Amino acid sequence: MPRIKVKRTSTVTDMTAMCDVAALLLTFFILTATAKQPEPLAVSTPSSTYEFKVPAENNATLTIGQGKVFFEVAGQKVRARTLELIGEQYKIKFTPDEVNRFSVIGTFGVPVADLKKFINMPGGDRMKPGVQTGIPTDSTDNQLNNWVLLARKATAEVNQQPMRVSIKGDSKEEYPVIKKIVDVLQKQKVNKFLLVTNAEARRK
Amino acid sequence: MAELNTGGKKATPRVDMTPMVDLMFLLVTFFILTTSISTPQAMDIVKPDKDDNNKDNKLELKASKTMTILLGKSDKVAWYMGEAGASAPTIESLSQVEKAIIDNRKVADASGVKGDFVVLVKPTSGSNFKNFVDIMDELEILKVKVRQIDDDNILDNEKAFMKEKGIL
Repeated sequence: MPRIKVKRTSTVTDMTAMCDVAALLLTFFILTATAKQPEPLAVSTPSSTYEFKVPAENNATLTIGQGKVFFEVAGQKVRARTLELIGEQYKIKFTPDEVNRFSVIGTFGVPVADLKKFINMPGGDRMKPGVQTGIPTDSTDNQLNNWVLLARKATAEVNQQPMRVSIKGDSKEEYPVIKKIVDVLQKQKVNKFLLVTNAEARRK
Repeated sequence: MAELNTGGKKATPRVDMTPMVDLMFLLVTFFILTTSISTPQAMDIVKPDKDDNNKDNKLELKASKTMTILLGKSDKVAWYMGEAGASAPTIESLSQVEKAIIDNRKVADASGVKGDFVVLVKPTSGSNFKNFVDIMDELEILKVKVRQIDDDNILDNEKAFMKEKGIL
């Protein structure tokens, strides 16, 4: 009786194709991920169970911590337009180069008078402690009010969309500080806010 | 044509890719996890309009269906039902107020008075941002539909009570 011949195959599989797929996925994720911007004012936000994502566009974020306020508006075009409007308001002439540089700066907190100097600083110097002192919110010189107002105007011009206001407050910040900022916004009839929080698992 | 002969054994051109694939997937996993975590969540809140000329801004509340929660110092709250001064507020820690809200809602719903159960949140100068976020979150979890934030009209007798109890 003839014996059935079983062909022995090698157990080594070709991993090249799998490696290709993995590399492709890796490249995709690296490219689509947005790099985390360095923040001049570190705050630890409280946590909540809300499941609402902070919008990536048409949004301005006010960071509140240590009694200071920092400002950021989303979108490079909107930022550039906001700076132009601020320039008109405070009679400061910004060169196109300065506008370009400003459009890539994320969160900042300097008075308008120091803005020109701040924009022309090298990126590393901007993050040094003591450089950014927060945006003035006194009733006599309420620059925050103008920033928010003009950012809304710029968002409406560039994106034809209303702008949302997010408040990123530090957990330990006392309520009166938050109230002062919210009151500034309510004067402009901004009554809806987004409070930035960390995600927390829901009980029950 | 002359062939280049290096002589000796022919080395296999096959390289073992397994460790490389392992590494790749590790990196992919890492990137997937980190990107989804970093997106911050937001809480949507609405504050009452401050325009006094707008007649629609005055909202009448039923005393028997209104619970006022005052946020005070060191994570403490004081709450009472109905009008201020009518009943002495109860002092509790913020993490335990949940039960009081549930009980009050049950009583209010059973009373048969028309209208929704309303929670009025009054953050005072003693509270911090976290307290405010926590209470709003609690109300969201408990599905209290009508909630108002009032930080302008903290009444004198409320202040006096909180001072007396040392939470303002």
